[in-house]
Amino acid sequence: MDTVYYLVQNMLPVAIPLLLVALGGMFSERSGVVNIALEGIMLFGAFFGCLTVFFVQKSGMNPQVILLIGMLVAAVAGVIYSMLLAFAAINMRADQTISGTALNMLIPAVILLFAKMKFNSDGITTDINFYMREVPGLSKIPVLGELFFKNTYITIYIGFLLLLISVIIFYVTKFGLRLRACGEHPHAADSVGINVHHMRYFGVGLSGIFGGIGGFFYSVGVMDGNVNGHTGVAGFGFLALAVMIFGQWKPWKILFAALFFAFLRTLAYSVALIPFLQKLELNQAYYKMLPYVATMVVLVFTSRKSRAPKAEGIPYDKSTR
Amino acid sequence: MQNNSFSLKTITKTKGFSSFTAALLAIALGLIFGFLVMIFALPANSLSGFGRVLFGGFSRLGDVFYFATPILMTGLSVGFAFKMGLFNIGSSGQYTMGMFFALFVGFMWPMPASIHWIVCILAGMIGGMIWGFIPGILKALCNVNEVITSIMFNYIGMYIVDMLVQGNATMYISTKTRTAYLPVTAQIPSLGVKNSNVSVAILIAIAIAVLLHIILNKTTFGYELKATGFNKFASKYAGMNDKRNTIQTMVIAGALSGLGGAFAILAPSTIAGSSMTYEPISVIASAGFNGIAVALLGFSNPIGIIFSSIFISHIGRGGTLASLLGYKPEIIDVVIAVIIYFSSFALIMNATFAKFIKKRREKKPVEAKPVDKKMKDKEA
Repeated sequence: MDTVYYLVQNMLPVAIPLLLVALGGMFSERSGVVNIALEGIMLFGAFFGCLTVFFVQKSGMNPQVILLIGMLVAAVAGVIYSMLLAFAAINMRADQTISGTALNMLIPAVILLFAKMKFNSDGITTDINFYMREVPGLSKIPVLGELFFKNTYITIYIGFLLLLISVIIFYVTKFGLRLRACGEHPHAADSVGINVHHMRYFGVGLSGIFGGIGGFFYSVGVMDGNVNGHTGVAGFGFLALAVMIFGQWKPWKILFAALFFAFLRTLAYSVALIPFLQKLELNQAYYKMLPYVATMVVLVFTSRKSRAPKAEGIPYDKSTR
Repeated sequence: MQNNSFSLKTITKTKGFSSFTAALLAIALGLIFGFLVMIFALPANSLSGFGRVLFGGFSRLGDVFYFATPILMTGLSVGFAFKMGLFNIGSSGQYTMGMFFALFVGFMWPMPASIHWIVCILAGMIGGMIWGFIPGILKALCNVNEVITSIMFNYIGMYIVDMLVQGNATMYISTKTRTAYLPVTAQIPSLGVKNSNVSVAILIAIAIAVLLHIILNKTTFGYELKATGFNKFASKYAGMNDKRNTIQTMVIAGALSGLGGAFAILAPSTIAGSSMTYEPISVIASAGFNGIAVALLGFSNPIGIIFSSIFISHIGRGGTLASLLGYKPEIIDVVIAVIIYFSSFALIMNATFAKFIKKRREKKPVEAKPVDKKMKDKEA
């Protein structure tokens, strides 16, 4: 039972960034813009989030408050960075994959450049503890308290809250319906007076908010509050895209896909604690490959009947029909 | 005069010319951005530093060609796949695999000096082919998006290679955390430029680029490839086997990247008794991503890619020289990324720019046709 507790406690901080970033990808792609720049947006959010934390950590504020401030900064940073993609993809009708790749390449170099100049290191190192041993009161609940309210981060509650918010935006509001229409059939949406360009800007902007927060939560929950230009976010932006595809571009399915991937990754990094796996004596590298291989396998089985938004990746041009 | 201006006009209206000016525009914007970063970082040295970025490479021509070799190959790989409408972002993984295969043959299969390096290069090519084949077949048979697959294969390849290198006692010296020096027989013959590692590999790479140009423009396969790139459905309707072509394209793209890896690791060293080494540190090779920049700047044309790879290598050397003035060489990575960003919509930017100039210069009725046509070509 202890192993199960351990796995769940370690899985959730990994699952939340994947979930949030995949939700971001969902907003962008359902509005019709392929967002391969999620990796870069994550790193940009993480960078500014950590930079904020670095400057306010000495102020003596409660660590959880600092985390919230960092989160807000990361969200704003994510929106700003995603606007570069939106501008290229929507106004300039650029190839969305290429401009996304450029944005992914840009930010690690910027971080390395900045960190080498200012800190003489490869990234930003903060010394603040966001970790919570237990949530007062709630951790006393049998089983559930052990699973969700001990040895954890505040990020996971915010993550689930954001999931709920995005479900509401997506399925309950008029905005969500319009957004989905723009990804499915932009001309139809345009014909009833919806401004496709604006909706796509909103879609990409939302992916910036979620991507930035997800990136910051990655560096809180996985990297211990640090950010590094060399390792970046270790392909989590791309994994999140796979999560999104596996989740068929739908919020609840994305949650389960994210949990699945996070579970595999946690398993890979806690081999030493699970007697059964340790007996196999496999090379560590196999476990590290596991999430990526699993992505491949999952994609092979889900891609053929893909439910991708019909108009994704195609720049909207009023004059074509 | 009438005649003269007419001929000039026809040149400036060709697609090749507008690609060229678009590439120049993207480069100029990237360099300006780099200059701004330099002014921001260290204002005092910014002019001389920028001068070194621009012209420093000329004093190290041997090195420029040496560093151009691998990115020429990855650039060809990405560009070739682009022609078919595939985005081979997995060039890094194929490059790493090619490097490993070349290393393995270099260490484990002793051979006479005259053929050893050739076998190593071929082994590298096969390594890259395998790593290109899998995303290709998954795309063709299961419709898996090749972008995601090849990114996953970058990570998988990197972990596999690092594991295999570290597990091999002949190849890996754990105290140095690097591979041992390759036998001299496995190293590609040097071109003999003083203080430079440039080898015959650059000549092979240029020959391959020319060969690809011929394949793309003079063979049925090349025609089918481009047709599929323009319109997948039309080419299928015309009876072209798009699945087979997808797999073939990815295998060839993989082979090209694999060759790049082999060329990089088998390069001769200027210090006698040493060689290039590989350090397994779980980082994805940057050569593949630089290949994307090279391919975009060369507008996926093999001949254009030769020049764009030399250009990227040139500013890379310039960046190294600028680091003597206190600038970090990462500035060049920033510049390259900015260049890619702008070149993804450079053609449209160019067309808008041209329209603007035209409107100001001519008060006659504006003939907007050619401009619109260019934009459509880009979209297709």
